[in-house]
Amino acid sequence: MSRAPQVLDLPRVPPPPRAAAPGGRGPHDGETAGRPVHPARVAVWLVVAAVVVLFAAFTSTYLARRAEPDWAPVAMPRILWASTAVILASSATLAASLRAGRRGDRAGLRRGLAATAALGALFLTCQVLGWRNLAAAGVFLASSPHSAFFYLLTGTHGLHLAGGLGALLYALARSGAPVEQALDAAEPAATYWHALAGLWLYVFVILFGL
Amino acid sequence: MSVAHAHVREPEAHRVGFVRRYIFSQDHKIIGLQYLMTSLVMAAVGGVLAMLIRMQLGWPGHQWGLVRWLFPGGFTDAGVMKPDFYLAVVTMHGTIMIFFVLTTALSGGFGNFLIPLTIGARDMAFPFLNMLSYWLYPPAIVVLLAAFFVTGGAPNSGWTAYPPLSALAQAAPGSGLGQTLWLVSLGILIVAFLFGSLNYITTVLQLRTRGMAMTRLPLVTWAQFITAVLMLLSFPVLLAAVIMLLFDRHAGTSFFVPSGLVVGGQLVTHQGGNPLLWQHLFWFLGHPEVYVLILPPMGIVSEVLAVHGRKPIFGYRAMVLSMGAIAFLSFVVWGHHMFTSGMNPLVGTAFMVTTLAIAIPSAVKTFNWLATLWRARIRFTCAMLFAIGFVSLFVTGGLTGLFLGSPAVDTYFQDTFFVVAHFHFVMASAALFGLFAGLYHWFPKMFGRMMDERLGKIHFWLTFVGIYATFFPMHFLGLAGEPRRYYSPQMYEFLRPLQPLNVVVSLAAFGLGLAQLVFVANVIYSLVRGPRAARNPWRANTLEWQADSPPPHGNWGPQLPVVYRWPYDYSVPDAAEDYIPQTAPAAVPAVAGGAADPGHPRTEGS
Repeated sequence: MSRAPQVLDLPRVPPPPRAAAPGGRGPHDGETAGRPVHPARVAVWLVVAAVVVLFAAFTSTYLARRAEPDWAPVAMPRILWASTAVILASSATLAASLRAGRRGDRAGLRRGLAATAALGALFLTCQVLGWRNLAAAGVFLASSPHSAFFYLLTGTHGLHLAGGLGALLYALARSGAPVEQALDAAEPAATYWHALAGLWLYVFVILFGL
Repeated sequence: MSVAHAHVREPEAHRVGFVRRYIFSQDHKIIGLQYLMTSLVMAAVGGVLAMLIRMQLGWPGHQWGLVRWLFPGGFTDAGVMKPDFYLAVVTMHGTIMIFFVLTTALSGGFGNFLIPLTIGARDMAFPFLNMLSYWLYPPAIVVLLAAFFVTGGAPNSGWTAYPPLSALAQAAPGSGLGQTLWLVSLGILIVAFLFGSLNYITTVLQLRTRGMAMTRLPLVTWAQFITAVLMLLSFPVLLAAVIMLLFDRHAGTSFFVPSGLVVGGQLVTHQGGNPLLWQHLFWFLGHPEVYVLILPPMGIVSEVLAVHGRKPIFGYRAMVLSMGAIAFLSFVVWGHHMFTSGMNPLVGTAFMVTTLAIAIPSAVKTFNWLATLWRARIRFTCAMLFAIGFVSLFVTGGLTGLFLGSPAVDTYFQDTFFVVAHFHFVMASAALFGLFAGLYHWFPKMFGRMMDERLGKIHFWLTFVGIYATFFPMHFLGLAGEPRRYYSPQMYEFLRPLQPLNVVVSLAAFGLGLAQLVFVANVIYSLVRGPRAARNPWRANTLEWQADSPPPHGNWGPQLPVVYRWPYDYSVPDAAEDYIPQTAPAAVPAVAGGAADPGHPRTEGS
């Protein structure tokens, strides 16, 4: 949590006398002197932490289960390369979008968010196509331990990414607001999105690269 | 991430209807009380189940006339408890008490009620998410209790739900739909816990009022904060395990079911899974979970000992650091639940070292509590009695933990009543005492009325004696080899002489259960007839006591409180009163033992 120290520093300044004290640092309550860190910017790191732990649990089980004698690998659907390229591209457009936003370029912010959301939808489409390819080849959830983990991991990742898509659309809806408020929605969404992009690379390597 | 804005500048102007105020409320205090009240109802359910367990163990094979009618299906026509019903009751007792009572009351109840109040905030960072967190809890209860009413009944696999018993529908009567409901219910509750802990951490980090440094947080708030971190990082692991087990049960996968199992004369089609994987995942949550249960009481007790002992807490910084150390260590000790699972002795030794290392921060805390009590001007209020009782139970239970932490000794004790005695002291009873200490202490703030001290003392002594009488003899049962979870241990010749002791335990348990009716009576009586509570009846320093009792929506008037000092300035020499609230400006009186408050400029007053 990179922003926490800022919070910790504050009380080292001797507080002003009671009469002059403007009060606490709640968000949007008008009781704050400077601009506070929006809680969502902190909370998103906690969400990322919880998601990472969830995947750590799945993948540690995967690594242990792989050691059992009945393990038989499933051929990778080639479309997953496309998924990987798409999600990396979406991270890039998102980064560009935020750079524009921080410059005060609201149109750039909006364009970038829209492009990222579109790429996100494309990623999910690729994933579904990957599932269909496997299913067409007769590989289902219960076919083998590898296929079970494949559907489990890609499915869980896809669900979380769909949530991220929702966050991006929310940020897009908020992008008409003054740029600082727009960024309060966009930056947590971006943190989450980048984390999920990284998580996809991890899942991809774990499933097919080891 | 949607952020709800419930921050009000003019609390007086806050007018909402009954439903939004008391039912679908976004006010952290109401949500806290909802969590508490629901948990107490569930405690009654879990308590009744405990009585059923003791009925069977005290008088196996007895024909119960009346009870039979209360639990149709659980007893034979002759009135004897059925084995699968007994196992279902054991499973549900553990599940309910751990997840649906202690976690929800201590973290959901006290966390919600106290965090914003003690840090000087108007509400949680995400009030809507907070409401959602509570409203996932009743559906989880309904799904869980529904398991009693489906074919096969509630699960038989214990609160740890080890596969293959929990993975194969044909493994036991309760392994059918009942087990599925159990898993779904837990999944829902985990999401509720994650929403809650997300809120707690963000709120503590972001919404502290001016002057409230982390180094000035009351220990009760520190405990909630650290607990929330534990929950956030451990419950997703159980969620992963629950999802995989559901897949094994309903989608034909084989994560946890090994090859070659024959159940009921039929070869199981699952292949190649490993049931130990479930145990690893379960205990990776399970051990942090016991600290999720004990850290909030530790915080409550630290608060109560200081306030009712009129002394600064001894070793504030050591208290915080030891909680952090306990939280960290709790993630690297799960293997001590699996010493007998055939693990490499080297791994077992490593888990023994980490496990026994927890004794260090635990002892730091215990000695700090004792040092806080040393020469304190103790007011023996009910809250104080329960807090002291907590220390006693924590030590009693903690000492047996040293035995169980050693693989060599645990090989003998594994799954005996010695373990049951251990965790009922250190986790269940101690946490329960923390809960009671907190309830007696904050009841005036929650409801604006004082609790009856006389009834409270009767409740305390009956409970304290009842707990020792119930759980202490279990050590001897365990030493003699009586296994836990057995429907009829007496089928073994060598356990038959233990039957009289089992009768004693059962009678003590019934007494303990009945004693809780005194508490129920006290709550009802005090809510109706209790004297009105002043703002600060205990003359305490922390911020919640500077708000009205009960605090209004938004907690504070138009201005948030400003904090000038740590929360434990009690009996400061030369001060006008024996307490100095955190809101008292620094320049006026001196700071007691100000070394514990580095955030405070110590130029004046010395």
